[in-house]
Amino acid sequence: MKAVCWYGAHDVRVESVREPKLMNRQDAVVKVTLTAICGSDLHLYDGYIPNMHKGDILGHEFMGEIVEVGREVNNLKAGDRVVVPFTICCGRCWFCQKGMWALCDNSNPNAAMCEKLYGASGAGLFGYSHIYGGFAGGQAQYARVPFADVGPLKIPEGVSDEQALFLSDIFPTGYMAAENCGIQPGDVVAVWGCGPVGQFAIRSAYMLGAERVIALDRFPARLEMARRGKAETLDYEDAYVIEKLLEMTGGRGPDACIDAVGMEAHGKALDEIYDRARQAVRLDTDRPHALRQAIQACRKGGTVSVPGAYGGVVDKFPIGAAFAKGLTLRMGQTHVPRYSKTLLERIVAGQIDPSFVITHRMGIDDAAEGYRSFRWQPEECIKVVLNPS
Amino acid sequence: MQIIMHRKHAVNLTRAERIASAIGGGILMTAGLGRRSRAGIAMALIGGDLLRRGITGHSYAYEAMGIRTAPLGQGAETTAVPYELGIRVDKAITIGRPRAEVYRFWRSLDNMPRFMRNLESVREMGGDRSHWAVRAPGGGTVEWDAVIHNEIENELIAWRSLPGADVANAGSVWFRDAPGGRGTEVRIELQYDPPAGALGAIVASLRGKEPGQQIQEDLHRLKALIEAGEVLRVEGQPAGAAQRRESEGRLVQEASEESFPASDAPAYNPTAL
Repeated sequence: MKAVCWYGAHDVRVESVREPKLMNRQDAVVKVTLTAICGSDLHLYDGYIPNMHKGDILGHEFMGEIVEVGREVNNLKAGDRVVVPFTICCGRCWFCQKGMWALCDNSNPNAAMCEKLYGASGAGLFGYSHIYGGFAGGQAQYARVPFADVGPLKIPEGVSDEQALFLSDIFPTGYMAAENCGIQPGDVVAVWGCGPVGQFAIRSAYMLGAERVIALDRFPARLEMARRGKAETLDYEDAYVIEKLLEMTGGRGPDACIDAVGMEAHGKALDEIYDRARQAVRLDTDRPHALRQAIQACRKGGTVSVPGAYGGVVDKFPIGAAFAKGLTLRMGQTHVPRYSKTLLERIVAGQIDPSFVITHRMGIDDAAEGYRSFRWQPEECIKVVLNPS
Repeated sequence: MQIIMHRKHAVNLTRAERIASAIGGGILMTAGLGRRSRAGIAMALIGGDLLRRGITGHSYAYEAMGIRTAPLGQGAETTAVPYELGIRVDKAITIGRPRAEVYRFWRSLDNMPRFMRNLESVREMGGDRSHWAVRAPGGGTVEWDAVIHNEIENELIAWRSLPGADVANAGSVWFRDAPGGRGTEVRIELQYDPPAGALGAIVASLRGKEPGQQIQEDLHRLKALIEAGEVLRVEGQPAGAAQRRESEGRLVQEASEESFPASDAPAYNPTAL
């Protein structure tokens, strides 16, 4: 089969590889019908995530048709059409039982590696380094899915692949980011980063009752898409971002701030140049420019919600501002199964069509071009989906 | 992994070695001090250290290499790892199942190779005795006989290796209710005397075979087996050309649905216990 393989920074190749097999009794094999490149795949593409091996198959946003199930899979059968969450969940550990699916105790066979880095391990992830289990990803024609009874969500007829695909990650991720804000009537929510997750965060914030959403980015096309989601927009490279946010919110600051940018923030402020220098010489791994702005801008007693991925250590983290203003910080990988069913219902009910975010449709053979566009042409390229068949 | 620090200065030399060391050290020191040259200073320093070695009865080199020539003291016949030797490992994990169930799982020796990756085989010998064969770092197998010398049902299993062990070891596993219905806390305390002592353990840890890490991984597998019914496999997945070359050997071991190795018994079913 064809698969998108990682070969180093800015080097992905479509190769012909062996098809996956069932390896555990609770596995299923999925014939992938649609897959996408995620913003967090760009962290791999840029080489910022350690413990990738040459030849690893990428991809954690995928859906398809079940072709084979292990003998202990009861909820699925061949022919079922499913979306697969990017986190692998056992469904039976304390964390899964409490709805903290992304913190599953039993799905990362390399948990000890993750523990050395972070003190404890989260769930195993598809195509996202050996720290998270080294599972082959879904940017391929077939994928093996462990604990298949737990994660995969059956998609009813009438919902297209393009509408359903983003239930694998970015729609629930944007939604959880908004839910983490604890939105109250009248709240103003500011969203840094108008990539796919930011776009879903904007729409989710409105779904959850936000009065206004202010979206920040530097690319006009992304801001335009945010405006289509009824957000007011700001360029975060503006030297007076925080002052403008205060002006727009009657001097209070946004009640909640969402950092949908993560570890590779861009900006022209002094702190951003400083971060770039430190990251270049590997003093820090992450550039928290957006997070700093979010903390600085947030209203007293407000919430900063972080769906953007961070991987290591940062410098000049404004803990003083967070403390002085009594902020709540909420973050982490998305507990996809907690949200995917209700979000599917919203799609079925016609409340949202997640395919609005797609700007590029390609065959899997063009995956390398897809990564290049997503990485280097963020103006026109917001979301790439790959059709592997 | 913890190299036992607070017991470092115990006597590990025989009486004869101590006397020889003290006398030789004393002569060397006196001679060195009389010379008043650089070589003399070196001689005096070496002599001084030999004198210390003789008086205290403790050799740092022996300690590092895991050698002990001093006679074993009281209780030696029931001791697997003399108290001043060895490496101690302490690990704990919480398993979301009732204590009796976790205890029974552990107590059944058949389950051991399912979660202890380096365990080749374990065999009951009767009378609380068992025979263990474990893959050693760098290839080869180490074996020993062990005896369970203390057992409290649903609470404690304690064992020690019997004389003649390739790697002398002793330890205990404690089972305790976790608070708030979180299941069972399993705590393992293990002391073992690695070949070539602490230096050997450091070398082993440099090669990624550090036992604390191994035991941690084993506990993760135990937990996954009991809670989720299986340990996820990742070796032998499809990958790009770069990995195919280096892992050709491993692919042979790759398990398809119908070819689980014999050591991987049918999925654990708690209701069947």
